[in-house]
Amino acid sequence: MTEPRSRFDIVVVGAGPAGLAAACAAAEKGKRVAVVDDAPSPGGQIWKGEQSRLSIPQAQKWIERFRRSGATLLDRTAVIAAPEPGVLLAEHPEGAREIEWSKLIIATGARELFLPFPGWTLPGVMGPGGLQALVKGGWPIAGKRVVICGTGPLLLAVADGLKKQGATIAMIAEQAPMSRVAGFGFKTLRHPGKLVQGMGIFARLRGVPYRCGVWPVQANGGEQVNSVTLADGSNQWTEKCDLLACGFHLVPNVELPLAMGCELAGGCVRVDANQLTTVPDVYCSGEPTGIGGVDCALTEGQIAGYSAAGSDDQAAALSNERAGWHAFRLAMSNAFALREELKSLANPETTFCRCEDVAFGRVKAASGWREAKLLTRCGMGACQGRTCGAAAKFILGWGMESVRPPLLPARVGNLTRTNR
Amino acid sequence: MSSSYDIIIVGAGIVGAACAMECARSGLRTLVLERGHIGGGTTAAGMGHVVVMDDSEAQFALTNYSRGLWLALRPQLPADVEFDLCGTLWVAADHEEMAEVYRKQGFYEPRGVHVEVLDAEAVARVEPNLRAGLAGGLRVRDDAVVYPPCAARFFLEQAMQYGAELRQAVTVKRLLSNGGVELADGSRLAADRIVNATGPWSPELTPGLPVRKRKGHLVITDRAPGFVHHQIVELGYLKSAHSMGQDSVAFNIQPRLTGQMLIGSSRQFDAEDGGVDHAILDRMLRRAFEYLPGLKDLSAIRTWTGHRAATPDKLPVIGPTVVSDRIWLATGHEGLGITTSLGTGRLLADLLLGRPTAIPSDPFLPARFEKGGASHG
Amino acid sequence: MAERVQLRVNGKSVEVTPGTVVAAAIAMAGESKFRRSVSGMPRGPLCGMGLCMECRVTINGLSQCRSCQTLCEPGMEVLTDD
Repeated sequence: MTEPRSRFDIVVVGAGPAGLAAACAAAEKGKRVAVVDDAPSPGGQIWKGEQSRLSIPQAQKWIERFRRSGATLLDRTAVIAAPEPGVLLAEHPEGAREIEWSKLIIATGARELFLPFPGWTLPGVMGPGGLQALVKGGWPIAGKRVVICGTGPLLLAVADGLKKQGATIAMIAEQAPMSRVAGFGFKTLRHPGKLVQGMGIFARLRGVPYRCGVWPVQANGGEQVNSVTLADGSNQWTEKCDLLACGFHLVPNVELPLAMGCELAGGCVRVDANQLTTVPDVYCSGEPTGIGGVDCALTEGQIAGYSAAGSDDQAAALSNERAGWHAFRLAMSNAFALREELKSLANPETTFCRCEDVAFGRVKAASGWREAKLLTRCGMGACQGRTCGAAAKFILGWGMESVRPPLLPARVGNLTRTNR
Repeated sequence: MSSSYDIIIVGAGIVGAACAMECARSGLRTLVLERGHIGGGTTAAGMGHVVVMDDSEAQFALTNYSRGLWLALRPQLPADVEFDLCGTLWVAADHEEMAEVYRKQGFYEPRGVHVEVLDAEAVARVEPNLRAGLAGGLRVRDDAVVYPPCAARFFLEQAMQYGAELRQAVTVKRLLSNGGVELADGSRLAADRIVNATGPWSPELTPGLPVRKRKGHLVITDRAPGFVHHQIVELGYLKSAHSMGQDSVAFNIQPRLTGQMLIGSSRQFDAEDGGVDHAILDRMLRRAFEYLPGLKDLSAIRTWTGHRAATPDKLPVIGPTVVSDRIWLATGHEGLGITTSLGTGRLLADLLLGRPTAIPSDPFLPARFEKGGASHG
Repeated sequence: MAERVQLRVNGKSVEVTPGTVVAAAIAMAGESKFRRSVSGMPRGPLCGMGLCMECRVTINGLSQCRSCQTLCEPGMEVLTDD
């Protein structure tokens, strides 16, 4: 139960690993802390469902620690605006929420990068992370034949998770070449935890074809997907599937930091050693500062939490650990760099903007993102350009513009502050 | 200075685009210069009304003339201009506002504008989502709604078919009183005449011009087809939004052809910043909820702001400046630039070529302001 | 585990465990088409995290609800393909 108006010393946006770690660190220092999240339960996308199903020990540990920390969880609460300094406006199923903060920690995580190819809009084509989250939310998966493609370590983790739930994984198709993926695997030797985790996954996925240097070129089906055409540069073939999980690694969620006026560098939020952004009292941790994975997010989250709570020493003590994860982050981004062929999967007729059904040919003819928006409606729909904007950035090299409220579609009534 | 163009139009908003279309159609060698995107300024920020208005005889003459030109052009408009002949419903909340309905009827009917007075029941029947208890309204049948950026693009395409040139990403630094413009890079382009069609930014090129930026906010919803059927405007509009003084809000909603609802409006002077002002957004939406309570439950997907080019007498500035008959103006259209773009283009071309004008041009001439509202050197 | 939540998807009764999201209930009801795009194409969930807006459905009369972020509640009326 949440109040229309509340006030905290420290407000954390996002209840994934970075947000939970930040909240624990700050609340354990005696601060009044709230974590705001759109989802009904803590854990973020990566640890979704872990509060009720025990499967990831690390998640259990942090969720337990969070429960004991004294921090408040404002669940089902989507931040939609920052109407004035020190205040967030959010939407809850029961109405608008105004949340005041003295320090803000942004831990909004990442979303999957989706790239358009013929058939990618068919029902049954989803992000691997998206499918995993839906399965955790009860999506019927047992007996379903799934092809997983795209790129990144997530493909393996998702294959593992889906297989445990009774899915048949027909194939995992990783776009990155084997040489680079193997090199990345070797680098994880420096992070024993990651290695053990990786080996476990590989053992459980024995018998599942894992192909590198393979990418999707077309999803086939009428009303829903029934097969996918894959390519490796010299051959093309078709794999039957009930579901196609396809995602090209992750894009940081930087809408809130942008709305707060935080500076970005290379598409990620610029932070100092304390995870402080360029805006006073606004911190940022985890994926928005660079796609680094769970462990990196946990470390950065704690640093932000400690420093927002005034415990700079404890924050500083974690800086070596963070440096290690940043090395891992760099290795991961190099290993799973996207191949050029992925820029030309879409035909001129392929839907590029899924909300407004704008074909790739029309979008490509524009001089840039703003012109595409103005003259073709690309990016003007309900997802506010999150899907096509990220694809346009990779395929066409276009930059995004500033964000406007609401940061997520919200009931018009909730755009007015408090009392509806 | 030898002129390679008869006319250079600065600004590819809907007004500049319409001027270009009319000039090029009249055989003038026309160049359009735009520093940003086609229809990317006030044109992109506005609602897209095509309406008749009756604040003054001059305003009526220009809006009615322009609306007629829109209706004539309708068969040629591409689908993405989203022309929708939805009509306008002016709603009266009380008897005082109902008197205004009859006054408007008395004004419009003798001038040949098709209007209908609706009583409380009729208003509730045609727009069931309006709150109960309204006094009535006036329906203006031939008013419409368009998507302005694509309309601007279409006008420019027409202009180019008549031989006009368009150069984008070109910033004009100065208008030259002996003809031509100086660009940001110091180079010059020559023309017999220059038109400043840069809307709210026009005083930057024509110092002293009494055009002020008047900020507005809009909210657009996700698709909710049929939520309203007309563009609806409150008659309290007259009491609030038209006062030139302090910040004001008025209830105004448009059904877009996409099924989306576009909600306005707000007016603020001295608010240069383009950010969303939550205090005025709050007032604007609360005003809208007073008329359409069900609006609260629609899904809002975007809020934005823009600046209108406001003049002291609420009429646009169309014609030659007093200081130089080589420098012309087509600006100051405030909230009616989409409607009046076409009339402005015709009026400008007729004046340039010494042709008779379809409506009196005097009320729009820069000469009406002290010193002609300009000081070029 | 004994506890079950009953709801209706396009008039069809579906029984789920507590904690199930509406998107999953829709899939259990055998529906693959969550919404029709603006040009009439069938669409289903994509991101699973409430950002892509592809899983929008009508829940208890309220349109444009994200089915992937909404938990099933007893008696819910869900309509797809709006």
